[in-house]
Amino acid sequence: MKLTRRILMGAAAGSFIFSAGAAMAQQTELTFWSWRQEDKAFYQDAIKKFQAKEPNISIKFETYAPENYQTILSTALAAGRGPDVIQVRAYGNLETIATPGYLLALDKTNVPELANFPEAALAAETLRADGKVYAVPFAMQTQLVVYNKKIFKDNGLNPPKTWDELMTLAQALKAKNITPFGNGTATAWQNETIVGGLLSSMLGQQFEADIVSGKANFTDARFVNALTKLKDVSQYFSPNFTGVDYPSSQQLFVAGRAAMFAGGSYEVANFKNQNPTLDLGVFPAPVLKAGDQALVATYYDGGYAVNAKSEKKDAALKFVRFLATPEYGTSFTNTLKNLSPIKGIKIEDAITQDVAKLTENAMSYLMLVRFRYNEPSGSVLLQSNVQKMLAGQQTPEQAAAEINKGIATYYKPFQK
Amino acid sequence: MPVSPKQARTLKHRSWVAFLVVPPIVFMSLFVVYPILSAFAYAFYEWRGMARGEFVGLANFKEVLFGATMAPTVWNAFLHNVYALIALMIIQNGGGFLLAWLLYKEPFGFRFHRVAVFVPVVLSTIIVGFLWKLFLNPNFGIINQALYSLGLDSWAKPWLGDSSTALGALILANAWHFVGFPTLVYLAGMQRIPSEIIEAARLDGTSEWQLLKNIVWPLVAPSTTILFTLLFIGAFNWFEIPYVMVGLDGSPFGTTDVLGLVFYRTAFGNQSASIQNFGLGSALATLIFLFIVVFASTLTLWLRRREIQF
Repeated sequence: MKLTRRILMGAAAGSFIFSAGAAMAQQTELTFWSWRQEDKAFYQDAIKKFQAKEPNISIKFETYAPENYQTILSTALAAGRGPDVIQVRAYGNLETIATPGYLLALDKTNVPELANFPEAALAAETLRADGKVYAVPFAMQTQLVVYNKKIFKDNGLNPPKTWDELMTLAQALKAKNITPFGNGTATAWQNETIVGGLLSSMLGQQFEADIVSGKANFTDARFVNALTKLKDVSQYFSPNFTGVDYPSSQQLFVAGRAAMFAGGSYEVANFKNQNPTLDLGVFPAPVLKAGDQALVATYYDGGYAVNAKSEKKDAALKFVRFLATPEYGTSFTNTLKNLSPIKGIKIEDAITQDVAKLTENAMSYLMLVRFRYNEPSGSVLLQSNVQKMLAGQQTPEQAAAEINKGIATYYKPFQK
Repeated sequence: MPVSPKQARTLKHRSWVAFLVVPPIVFMSLFVVYPILSAFAYAFYEWRGMARGEFVGLANFKEVLFGATMAPTVWNAFLHNVYALIALMIIQNGGGFLLAWLLYKEPFGFRFHRVAVFVPVVLSTIIVGFLWKLFLNPNFGIINQALYSLGLDSWAKPWLGDSSTALGALILANAWHFVGFPTLVYLAGMQRIPSEIIEAARLDGTSEWQLLKNIVWPLVAPSTTILFTLLFIGAFNWFEIPYVMVGLDGSPFGTTDVLGLVFYRTAFGNQSASIQNFGLGSALATLIFLFIVVFASTLTLWLRRREIQF
């Protein structure tokens, strides 16, 4: 009796251990790193949807502060560790991680869903050195002008088409004691978003093509004239704009004290969160003369990549493929109010539809897309020189010359 | 061989010493010496992101000190560190000395003031930076509001956005934050001075100024040594207040840039403007470290010589 019990118990314990072992072998746990703490609920939800299809893969979502993310990530990767699935940036910042071989190259065989993306989106996650794609892009950002529809309506104003209309409109608002633009320039990178939001139509797609081919450089009349116009319109920015930092400028707009905000499409969701009663609209950079093509400036935020050293690559690839489906893109766009670049998504929100429509006529967000690979980066140069110009300490010609001089130190087409 | 009681005692003593000394030595080597040496070694390599590439000798150091791209930024930042050092020496340490003298004389409510002066030192630098950023806000900050209400409209400025006032504003915020520390150290130094000396001087009819200059100042020399050295190190490692108040770029257009910010941007990248270069960052860190070690030691030796025993 005693013996049988022992045998039975032993068998029970053994089978328990065995079955647990089998379950553990089947259950794969992936780690997924991101800098988007604010999107945690969305990602948890997406993981649940993924698990409905792949019950044997569980995913741990971990976030780090955006300003330290790159440092923490690259340190972990350099030590041969790091997560299985990684949210990565694009362009120059992708290269610092992809160049040393930390990321798994993606192609149409391991991720057939890459076909769901436009070329420009994949280019943002491509390493220039080998032409391979290293991440599935997640969001497209657009630099444009966000405006407060209620203020416009109360004052009988319509979104301006041309630069002259913009100046008249801003003057009319100022006369009524409404700050036309909430923008301030104390936070350096805001100067770059302001240029993207307000000047893209005056620069034009041809200007970008000429810069790329080397036919024109930044001392080009189109660039200098656009900067001159920016200097002109800055009288309508928030009072004391040189000392107004990014959060204060946002507050001015959110509180309904400023009518417009030149910046990224990502501001819309942000503004709405802080003040849900805001009725917002968007318009592209005003054109110099009627009939010119109105443009916005676009770029891609980053993507989802697979750690090349991960021991669970198959599971990680399954998850990344899921993140490349129109189904995921649709929920990303509608939940986060951020435009997913995946083709065939269904957008619910009216303003996101408007943004999507504007991106059909776009140029690159130039310095990030083209000149974020070497030092001094185009962004550093544009930000500090526009900041200096708007503070009245240099002319548009000087600003353009400084920007050009910096880029020419490494950009071959400018060295001729 | 049998161990004599004396030998056993020595052995016991030695193992005690080893027990007490080895752990801290291991700890220091692992967490201080090793990182410093490895940063030094990193500076001799080219880096692609965090992956080490070719050995490049002194190329990184050359670029940091003389390169067309990097050197102007570095020297511009260095100059701002020097400004900060001079200004803080006068405002923070000088102010601390005067405050200590006031407290030393035990005026009405000195116990309260002794605590009040020290309270900001206890606050986190992040909080102090944020607080001052709010005070200095051009449109709703308390400083401009006060100027407007006093009718001094023309004095109101976008303090942190104006290239002529931004660095000064950072220095003042730093001085406000830390002035309690030199005050406390000087106060302790003054209280160590035998009261007979001061009483004797008073009986001889010295003026307040002569008393401060000829008696108190020379006798608090040990406090001065430590405070000047610490401030020197602090000024060249200055990072937190600029980072919180003007951001990584040294905004506006580099007029508040300091070596700490340049190092951070270079080694770790600035998300909204530039990519990282770990080799240049390590070279800069090594140079800052060597500069501080050499000058701080020289300064200490020089300051030590003027200390008087009593």
